[in-house]
Amino acid sequence: MDPLALTLIELGAVVFCLGLLARLAGRIGMSPIPLYLLGGLAFGAGGIIKLEGMHEFAHLSGEIGVILLLLMLGLEYTAAELFTGLRRSWQAGVLDLVLNFLPGAALAYLLGWGGVGAMVLGGVTYISSSGIAAKVITDLGRIGNRETPVVLSILVFEDLAMAVYLPVLTTILAGVSFLGGLTTVGIALAVVSLVLMVALRHGHQVSKAVHSENSEVFLLNLLGAALLVAGLASAMQVSAAVGAFMLGIAISGATAHNATRILEPLRDLFAAIFFVAFGLNTDPSSIPPVLGWALVLAVITAATKMATGIWAAKRVGIARPGRFRAGATLIARGEFSIVIAGLAVASGAIPGELAALATAYVLLLAVTGPLAARYAEPLAKAVLPAPKVAAKA
Amino acid sequence: MNVDETNLPGLGRRKDFMTASGRRIGVVELREGQTELIVSTWDDPDTCQASIPLTAEEAATLGNLLGGQHLAMKLSEEHKDVPGIVTRQFSITPDSPFQNQPMGKACIRTRCGVSIVAIMREGEVLPSPGPDVVLHTGDLLIAVGTQEGLDTAADILRNG
Repeated sequence: MDPLALTLIELGAVVFCLGLLARLAGRIGMSPIPLYLLGGLAFGAGGIIKLEGMHEFAHLSGEIGVILLLLMLGLEYTAAELFTGLRRSWQAGVLDLVLNFLPGAALAYLLGWGGVGAMVLGGVTYISSSGIAAKVITDLGRIGNRETPVVLSILVFEDLAMAVYLPVLTTILAGVSFLGGLTTVGIALAVVSLVLMVALRHGHQVSKAVHSENSEVFLLNLLGAALLVAGLASAMQVSAAVGAFMLGIAISGATAHNATRILEPLRDLFAAIFFVAFGLNTDPSSIPPVLGWALVLAVITAATKMATGIWAAKRVGIARPGRFRAGATLIARGEFSIVIAGLAVASGAIPGELAALATAYVLLLAVTGPLAARYAEPLAKAVLPAPKVAAKA
Repeated sequence: MNVDETNLPGLGRRKDFMTASGRRIGVVELREGQTELIVSTWDDPDTCQASIPLTAEEAATLGNLLGGQHLAMKLSEEHKDVPGIVTRQFSITPDSPFQNQPMGKACIRTRCGVSIVAIMREGEVLPSPGPDVVLHTGDLLIAVGTQEGLDTAADILRNG
């Protein structure tokens, strides 16, 4: 068959299947990410059907998917929100980092994947899925709850941590020497802080530069700017994703809101392809051997996220049920864990088992995370003894 | 009254306060522009028993109802020494013959001796409205008069 026809048929079939999977996910009220990953596993290397024609397209689309994911993450919070979030909740943020990075890093060492592996797996276990958490908060009607700002500020901190972590990771994955690594990390940190300062002071000018009343012009401006900044960042070894993230932070106010609305369908498409592409590159037969470890890691890091949420909520005077809700909302891992694993896989600096472990890990927690958020509080109420001070009669 | 304002990064803003009965009540203003009314459960003030999405019009009407109550109570308090004078609120329903008409057309003072002392509209108070003020659906009229006069005024506003 004509290669173009083959590619179109494969791509069409895959996107159509993704549509079915997303609908199924919506029907049973879960995040579509695990289903996309499973879809990718089924079609990829060693899967049920092997797709060859769309490989190149899937790869580039996946990259764009990551850029859009990070761009929209940046759009979600304004620079001012990031700063106040950092000032007010850095203790919780640091606890979150320590408690959730270490289990992943430790396991990577234990399995003999070295420092690079530890850096990658630590990142995978550290970062909660802000997409799943936001959906859980909205779906369960918890926007007005008192623990919600606590959860959100931890997510904000994680996003900022990502801005530092991703360039560092990119450097390490590139295998630069220690001194060269330090220089790149220094450049990365300087760029990140500079962009944050510019975003805080002159965010409206960046917004003005891309803004347009015409939605077509606006979309092209946004996408062009994002790809340009991402490409430049990548050329400077700061990681393409971080460039897009910084651009997202710099765009603020009404422009950011409109940008989110306009980019959402594109993000959904490209991110879905990214998850599939990640799955495509993972051999399903490599998952069963690491499933046990993924399960152990999932249980431990679910507990550590829970502890983080409980501690942070307790600190601001939230009562016991709210502490459990806060902790459980943070458990879900998703898109950004896969982004980290994807970067690592693309660099070729990590063993294939790590990608398989990350896939299994995200599959587990993306499915159980929302369930935990829903049922942790009633479960805690049923299992744990009532607090000493009796509730109002 | 101490209203707490909390930023919800990425979502919007929450404004709420504790009532004397121990419930937290307030609104969440979402970044997309919607408003939600939130009420906490009685046993856990951290959580919400209900979060009710309100359109701009519904929010304004609710504001009128609550604010009008407050204004009416204050007015009653002020002329409690004058026997026979009562304060009452009338809302302009969509089927009222006077919606989108100047208030003077209803001739309320001439016909029943009732004074419209204020109009609550979208959470704002229009004090001492003149006869030229155009009435809209959802407006809440604060009226002062005798019991019988107010009954007549209610009938006028409803049936013309």
